[in-house]
Amino acid sequence: MSRGPRVAVIVFPGTWSDRDFAHAASLLGWEARLVWHAETVLPDPDAVVLPGGFAHGDYLRTGAIARFSPAMRAVEAFAAAGGPVLGSCNGFQILTEAGILPGALLRNDHLEFRCEWQPLRVERAAGPWLGELHPGETIRLPISHGEGRYFADAAALDELERSARVVLRYADPAGTVNAAANPNGSLRSIAGIVNERGNVLGLMPHPERAMEDETGGSDGLRLLRSLDAWLVAQPAVAERRL
Amino acid sequence: MRWLAEVHVRLRPGIADPEGQTIAGGLRALGYDTVAEVRAGKLLRLAFEAADRGTAEAALDEMCRRLLANPVMETADWELRAGDQDAEQRA
Repeated sequence: MSRGPRVAVIVFPGTWSDRDFAHAASLLGWEARLVWHAETVLPDPDAVVLPGGFAHGDYLRTGAIARFSPAMRAVEAFAAAGGPVLGSCNGFQILTEAGILPGALLRNDHLEFRCEWQPLRVERAAGPWLGELHPGETIRLPISHGEGRYFADAAALDELERSARVVLRYADPAGTVNAAANPNGSLRSIAGIVNERGNVLGLMPHPERAMEDETGGSDGLRLLRSLDAWLVAQPAVAERRL
Repeated sequence: MRWLAEVHVRLRPGIADPEGQTIAGGLRALGYDTVAEVRAGKLLRLAFEAADRGTAEAALDEMCRRLLANPVMETADWELRAGDQDAEQRA
C-alpha cells in the first residue's frame, strides 16, 4: 500500500467534529480531506465520514436540511456503490433523514443533553467499521447529544434484529443491556446500526473522541482502525492504491 | 396568485413525547390537575405562489412529504387559504 486510506469528511454549516476526525485520521495514518457540503464531487475517497454537530442548526429536525446538501448526492452514490460510510451523532441523524439507514433519532426521553462516557455492547463485528472489534465485548465511547433516542416502528426493529444489523447497544460497564444503562430512551437500547450491505454505519457515540488513553480511552481508535484491514481485503481498492 | 398555509407537524400517535409530558407536568404544577395529556408539535406558516388551488394543494403535499415532516415519526396536515394581496399591500 503506497498510502493510507483517503477519507472524505463532510463539513456542513454547524458541523463540530470534523477537526476531531481529522486528528483521528492523523493518528491512524489516514489522509483526511475536509469536504464542504456545497461540493458536488468527492475527492476519490476510500471512505466517507459524516461527523457530529448541528448541521444547518438542526432546524426543523436534526439532519433534515443537511440531507439535501449537494455533497449528500455524492455520498448517497458512494454508499450505494458499497463504499464505506460512517455517520456519527449528527451524521447518523443525517443518514436516517436521507433514508440511507432506517428509523429516526428523537429528543432524549429525559430532555437532557448528555455528554459522558458510555459503555456499549458490541453485537456484531464485521464490515469496514467494526471488523477489529469482538462480538459480545464491551467498549467505551463518549456520547454527546440531546436527540439520540432511536425510533423505528416494530416491524422495522424486528427486521433490523433479524438481519443482525443492530451492531451497538447501550450497556452498563459489565456489558448488560438494561433500561438503567440506556442514556436516551432508544428503543431496544440501539446505539448503532448498519445498512443491509453493511458498508454504512450510523452510531450516536463519538469514536473520534476516544483515540488516546491519555484523554480517557482508545476504543474509538480500534473501531476506526477496522477500515484499514477491510480496505486491504478489497481487491479493487488495493489495486487502485498501488 | 398568493396562497397562505398553516402546516401542523405532529409526532405520530404512540411515540413518546417527553416535551409534551414535561409541559403537562408544568400545567399540573400550576394546579391544572385535570390536564391528562399534552402533545408538542410544530406550526409552520407558508406564503407561496401557485396558479390555482389544486396546484397549491399538490405543492403543499409535496413539501410536507419531502421536507416538512418525516413520515417515520411525524404526520403533517394543513389549512390553505387564498392570500389577500390587496390587504398585504395596504399594510
